[in-house]
Amino acid sequence: MKELVQLFPAVLASDPPPSMPSIDSGGTAWMLMSSALVLIMVPGLALFYAGMVRKKNVLTTMMQSFVAMCVIGLQWVLIGYCLSFGKSVGGFIGFEWRLVGLHGVDWRAMVEGKGVPELVFVMFQGKFAIITPALIAGAVAERMKFSSYIVFIVLWTTLVYCPLAHWVWNPDGWLFKLGVLDFAGGTVVHISAGFSALVLALLIGRRRDYLPGVGGEGFAILPHNLTMTLLGAGLLWFGWFGFNAGSAVAVEFPVAGLSAGLAFATTQTAAAAAGLTWLVIEWRHQGKPTTLGLASGIVAGLVAITPGAGHVLPWSAVIIGVLASVVCYLGVRLKVRAGYDDSLDAFGVHGIGGLLGALLTGVFCVANTSNPGLVDGGWKQLALQCVGAGVGVLFSMLATLIIAAAIKAVMGLRVTDEQERVGLDTAVHGEHGYHMDVVS
Amino acid sequence: MKMIIAIIRPERLEPVQIELRKVLDENDTYRLTVQPVHGHGAQRGEVEYIRGQAVRPRLIPKLQLTIAVNDAYVQPAVDAIITGARTGGVGDGKVFVLPLDDVIRIRTGDRGGAAI
Repeated sequence: MKELVQLFPAVLASDPPPSMPSIDSGGTAWMLMSSALVLIMVPGLALFYAGMVRKKNVLTTMMQSFVAMCVIGLQWVLIGYCLSFGKSVGGFIGFEWRLVGLHGVDWRAMVEGKGVPELVFVMFQGKFAIITPALIAGAVAERMKFSSYIVFIVLWTTLVYCPLAHWVWNPDGWLFKLGVLDFAGGTVVHISAGFSALVLALLIGRRRDYLPGVGGEGFAILPHNLTMTLLGAGLLWFGWFGFNAGSAVAVEFPVAGLSAGLAFATTQTAAAAAGLTWLVIEWRHQGKPTTLGLASGIVAGLVAITPGAGHVLPWSAVIIGVLASVVCYLGVRLKVRAGYDDSLDAFGVHGIGGLLGALLTGVFCVANTSNPGLVDGGWKQLALQCVGAGVGVLFSMLATLIIAAAIKAVMGLRVTDEQERVGLDTAVHGEHGYHMDVVS
Repeated sequence: MKMIIAIIRPERLEPVQIELRKVLDENDTYRLTVQPVHGHGAQRGEVEYIRGQAVRPRLIPKLQLTIAVNDAYVQPAVDAIITGARTGGVGDGKVFVLPLDDVIRIRTGDRGGAAI
């Protein structure tokens, strides 16, 4: 180094920008990678959902995920990041003029205390904002009006997601200050999306062909291509390593690498335990080990481990995964009893799984927490988790009710009966997912 | 000349083909059109499980065979289809025999029994 300075004194002396905080190159690289991994969960979700609908609605279902990448991708840069991670106004909402449209963000700016460039942090968090409203689409598949959906996700992200992200993840947010743990989005992402999905499903009503089960026999709406669903579940699992292990950099510094390793291990373990559990339950209960059951279990496990990924140990992740599948299996059966049409189980898997995970984090947390979990005899963290989850449930349901009711009054939520009968692919988008008819 | 239309279980196609090959004329081999069809009759659909919920499809997949035969072959062909397709369970299907007015081979313009 000394020789280099002597050889090129001018070069080295000139550039280091004044008072630039040191960059955590490993953390930055991993966060960049994780941002891309979380983004690929969106096409993964598109495939996961689209395989479960009828073939006349395959495109519209994928579109609900894909359009979120563009719509929320912009919303986040324009105002979403500002509201979530801007300077806190009383712990309830963020705001900083320089963050509006990111117009005042120096491209060399760093996030205080995290060692990563601010723009990398903006992008990473933005991917979470994209996938969360796309999760809700599963509850209203095959019948929601496309224009209303776009308006809904913009309003919902701005008025529900951003405040919640601020409360839970911004160091000055009131739930963060209380000590509520949400490592990668159990409350912010899954509880909020799942419970909002329930409200939206109730408001929009059942699909016209949906006949809740009588005497153990259900509706006759069958998934059109479960190979897509399996591939989607695989992409979700893959991307979830960015979601959870990437959050280590967002949450914990300077031990980001350690937390990332923990989150990676618990994510893998919970998904495996949950997938296997669902498979075994169905095998015993219905007689056949189904692929959709395995895929559903994997996703349920990933959802449930999300809030505790960097707080619990791998052996706890096994328990969380097993419980996730048991509880979510009951959760998705609830809709038949209750008669609502949560078409692709956005509530049954994300709402219920997210709630379970948020609470179990208070039971099993041992790392990156100031309060011991219930396993170590501490009740306080579990109580805090109940508060955090409860706030998430109530706030997202209430706010979604208002937003959705307003949209329903102004522009309607549903396509017409005829459009629904024909299928939204042709009726709304003017396309077929599959042109495999008589002439090629 | 008769037109034979048979609705059979999809998994019985191969046995039916084997039986037909035995009875139809060697020179004529056999001319067969197979279409996938859906419908319902006395058989109830196979239960499928969707996320732990039993779902019974309203329509059941079957195969429809269409065969045009000269009068001498009607009974052997019908017997062959029954031999190949019968399992004894509800849902084995049906054979319909219809009168056939004329047949024209597009390539040569041959008509009637010679064109079958």
